Amino acid sequence: MIVGADVTLPDNAGYVVAAYLVFLVLLLIYVVIMATKLSRFERELTELNEIAEKRDEERTRSAA
Amino acid sequence: MYGTRLRALSIATLITLTGGFALAAFYAPEDADQGFMQKILYVHVPLAIVALCGFVFAAVCAIQHLRTGESRWDLRSYVAIHMSLIFGAAVLITGSIWARASWGHWWVWDEPTLVSFLIVFLLYATYQPLRFSIEDRDKQGRYASVFAITAGAFVPLNFLAVRMAQSYTHPRVFATANGGLEPRMKVAFYVCLLGMALLYATLWKYEMTSKNTSAQIKRLRRRLAGDEGALPRRSASPTLEST
Repeated sequence: MIVGADVTLPDNAGYVVAAYLVFLVLLLIYVVIMATKLSRFERELTELNEIAEKRDEERTRSAA
Repeated sequence: MYGTRLRALSIATLITLTGGFALAAFYAPEDADQGFMQKILYVHVPLAIVALCGFVFAAVCAIQHLRTGESRWDLRSYVAIHMSLIFGAAVLITGSIWARASWGHWWVWDEPTLVSFLIVFLLYATYQPLRFSIEDRDKQGRYASVFAITAGAFVPLNFLAVRMAQSYTHPRVFATANGGLEPRMKVAFYVCLLGMALLYATLWKYEMTSKNTSAQIKRLRRRLAGDEGALPRRSASPTLEST
C-alpha cells in the first residue's frame, strides 16, 4: 500500500522557481545569441568559399 | 585556438551544475529560518562569487596586456568583463527575487551588500561605452586595461568593506561567529559554486572561440577581396592580430 506523501510545495516556492528560471532564461538567451553567430559564420564561410572557387575557375581559364 | 577541450569542459559543466542543483533540491535540508525559499542561495551566491572573481580575472588579463602589449590579453579581459556583467545581471535579478520573498521588498537601499554590488555592476557597465568612445585601437586597449585594473582592484576592497560593515540585513554565507552553513548545505553549495565556475569558464571559452573565428573570417575575407590593408570598422571589441 502506498502511503500518501505530502508533495505540496510551500507558498513561497514560486519565488524559488522564478530565481532558477531567470538563470535558465539568461542561459537560453545566450544559447540563442551563439546560435545566431554560428549561422552567420556558416553564411560568411559559404560566401568566402564561393569567392575562392570563382577565383580558382578564373585562374584555370586564364592559364588555359 | 580556444576551441580545444571545449566539449570536455561543457560536459563537466553540465554534470556539475545539474548535480549541484539536484543536491540543493534533494540533499540539502531546508533552512530553519527561511524554509524552502533559502534554496535561492544555491544559484544566487555562486553567481555573485563567480561574477566578482571574473572581474578580478579581467584585471589580471589587463595587467598582462599592459605588460606584453599583446591584443589577445585585451580580448581575454574584454570577454571576462562581458561574461561577468551577464552573471552580475543574473545576481541582481535573483537577489531581488530573494529580497522580495524574504524581506517583502524588491530592493533595500540601506543594505551595503546590495548597493555595493550594484555600484560594481554599474561601474563595469561603463566599460563597453568607454571602449566604443575611443577610436584609436591601441589607445582603446590601453585605456580599457587601465580601467579593468582599477575597477578590478576595487572589487576585493569593496568585498572587505562590506564584510566589515556593522549592521546588515543580508546574511553571511561563510559566517563563522554564528555557525554558518549546515554541512549538507555546504556540500550542495560548493558543488553549485564549482558548477557555476565551470559554466563561466565554458561560456568564456565559447565567446573567445567565437571572437577568434570571427577575426579569422574577416582576415580571410580581406585576403580574398585583396584589400589586406583595409582598416576594420569601429567597434568596442578588441581586434585580434594573431592567436
